[in-house]
Amino acid sequence: MNGSHRTRMLAVAATVIAALVAAGCSSSSSGGAGAAPAVPGITKTQILIGSHQPLTGPAAPGYSEISAASNAYFQYVNAHGGVYGRKIKYTYLDDAYDPSKTASVVRQLVLQDSVYAIFDGLGTPTHLAVVNYLNSAKVPDVFIASGCDCWASGHPYSFGWQIDYIREGKILGAYVKSHFAGKKIGFFYQNDEFGTDGVKGLSYEIPASQVASKQSYVPINVNIGPQAAALKAAGVQVVVCYSIPAFTALLKLAALKIGWNPTFVVSSVGADPITLGGLLQAFAKQGGKTVVGNQLTQGIITAGYLPTLGNTGNSWIALFKKVHDTYDAKAPFDGNVLYGEAVAYTFVQAMVKAGKNPTRAGLVSAIESGGLSQGAAVAPYDYSMTDHGGMMGAYIGVIKNGVVVQQGPVWTTDTTPGGAVTQFTGTQPPAPASGMP
Amino acid sequence: MTMTLLRHLVAAIVAGAVIWALSVQLNAFRDYQMAEIAVYVVAIAGLSVLIGLSGQISIGNGAFMAVGAYAAALLMLHLNWPVWAVFPASAAIAAGAGGVVGVAAARLSGPYLAGATLLLAVAIPSLATRFPGVFGGDQGLSLTVTAPARLGATFPTTRWQAWVCSVAALIALVLLANLGRSRVGRNWRAIRDDPVAAALTGLNVARLRVLAFVVSAACAGLAGAMLAYTTTLVSPGSFTLSLSIALLTGAVLGGLGSLAGALWGALVIVLVPTYVTDVATSHGLSTTVAANLPIAAYGVVLIAVMILFPDGIQGGLRRLAGPLLPANLTRLASPDRQQPPGELSDGLTSPDRRQPVGEHQEEGTT
Repeated sequence: MNGSHRTRMLAVAATVIAALVAAGCSSSSSGGAGAAPAVPGITKTQILIGSHQPLTGPAAPGYSEISAASNAYFQYVNAHGGVYGRKIKYTYLDDAYDPSKTASVVRQLVLQDSVYAIFDGLGTPTHLAVVNYLNSAKVPDVFIASGCDCWASGHPYSFGWQIDYIREGKILGAYVKSHFAGKKIGFFYQNDEFGTDGVKGLSYEIPASQVASKQSYVPINVNIGPQAAALKAAGVQVVVCYSIPAFTALLKLAALKIGWNPTFVVSSVGADPITLGGLLQAFAKQGGKTVVGNQLTQGIITAGYLPTLGNTGNSWIALFKKVHDTYDAKAPFDGNVLYGEAVAYTFVQAMVKAGKNPTRAGLVSAIESGGLSQGAAVAPYDYSMTDHGGMMGAYIGVIKNGVVVQQGPVWTTDTTPGGAVTQFTGTQPPAPASGMP
Repeated sequence: MTMTLLRHLVAAIVAGAVIWALSVQLNAFRDYQMAEIAVYVVAIAGLSVLIGLSGQISIGNGAFMAVGAYAAALLMLHLNWPVWAVFPASAAIAAGAGGVVGVAAARLSGPYLAGATLLLAVAIPSLATRFPGVFGGDQGLSLTVTAPARLGATFPTTRWQAWVCSVAALIALVLLANLGRSRVGRNWRAIRDDPVAAALTGLNVARLRVLAFVVSAACAGLAGAMLAYTTTLVSPGSFTLSLSIALLTGAVLGGLGSLAGALWGALVIVLVPTYVTDVATSHGLSTTVAANLPIAAYGVVLIAVMILFPDGIQGGLRRLAGPLLPANLTRLASPDRQQPPGELSDGLTSPDRRQPVGEHQEEGTT
């Protein structure tokens, strides 16, 4: 019984293996014969690009508007003739801000959907999961939605877009140094590369002797009472925050509670007045208090790298508002939508520059050649053979009645400790009348 | 014993051949998904053995995956260990962590045990942000994985990853299958069904429970190392509480205590989201709807399986096809329901006790 059973099992196994070997061999020999398509994702009529975005999960509120806004701008371009007659098809998949899922969806886009490029992949921890893969597969990885300094060099196919946290920190730091001389400064920052890069930039400008206290938080621990108390105890008069909106709001409320009233200086990441005002009201409500968000955000100093939303006279704001109203009217016209449309504009610029017969390497050299005009950004890009960072400058803004109001000129700088923060003397070129690059 | 071993080995070789043929036929992304499935099979199988055989529960196996993944990343980055050494070493390190937790866990049961392991799932990944110098903080540690040069320059890396992970998964499954059929497996079932009676027959209940935790953690550690090898990045964002919950869901969906069930669970976890998104986008649904549909589909599958097949997918298949199949192909150290009556120890197990977890909670609270 046992013997015959064993023989039968082995016979079955051997047959299966033999059949599979035959199947495997035939497929691999036929697979090698087919000619490879010219450029993945590019046809006579279409440019297929993909992205990973947090469409669900904790990072989705706010950020999920960005990809839809980019798509709205692409639809506008498609309706006006496309790029050399090709229409842009934008496939963005949900990674729920989980790096394992990012790794999976990006491989799906590259290996299965054969996208031409990955565009505006959102998030530092998530995008780090795929940056090496994309570069080894030689897939253009353009205009990453993260201010990490990590994309600036070392990855030939990757390009950042928004101003990095070090540069932004230096610009905020220079402002604090000149406007709050002699006051005690405190830092409140997220304990990851976002916060530490920001603090690095701040420390390049603000003398160490002036910094009374540095407090960090981790995003999973919402009890920041101890940090607020420590900053107050150190006599901090100006607190510079490298925090996401939720923690900017928590610190503001904690400060109110303990009767500490410093000047707030907040990174552009954590200072969107609409998001911040809503969070302040929601958190206060949880604590049984009623506050008016706009009153609490009043006077917060921040930085901006795109025109302010309230500046309706700006041709870029007018263009993006028009595109938004036509193709993405359900979403509020806020900072996230502006971001999504502005980065999409830069992509179309780069595609136009890559020429009528774009290749993957061609897109990279089009950006590296340095000829991309600044578009909607308030300062030029630093793109070159050696630098893939993105925007070089930003302005200082103050929140007044729920909107950011620009204060003074645009400042540019680099990411080195010694590099000066200088006033940008150029002016932003207006948006083309056609709305197309 | 030797017959069992041989049978499991033959099954593994056949499965290996099928996997190999599939990996060659399918495109590079499907290869990647095969590697992902292998990761989840190992993690779910380890959890399924813990719950289905020893009657304990863990909502913290994602944390053991993190331990294994970080161990693998550090060994590969700093010591340049080859993958065949990294995988067992990561499993061993996670097993050590499992032993420590197991000593504490053996004193707890039911909801208390669930709560204690939940703590692990929350606490362990945040160690990475606490010590960024070693673990790379929020950015994590990134690895470089390439297929061996002799396979040719055009050989897809994902196929190599699928092969490595599948071989590791098959070895783990053969070991688990044998363990489940061995004296240890029988003892686990004894303490699961009635710890008091098992203790009276001379079994060391506490030691057996700790051992089950060690085995489960070793599987999770191996799965973590495989995940690191597949995604080429280890970062705290990959080991959230929802991963631990997903493993538990996969184990329950597939069928607790069944290794074949672990495969079903892994298939559901990996394939349902991509499939549903593909269908949703190809039918022109808006991205907002398409993005949320996989979560809904996941819930619907879970509810449907629990209503139709309370024993999980494998339990349902067994019930549908049970009479047609030889018992030893479908049942592996299974829970009580489909066992021949002779295997039940009469008088020690009441026939209505079908759910090992529920049963255990009942005992924990009496």
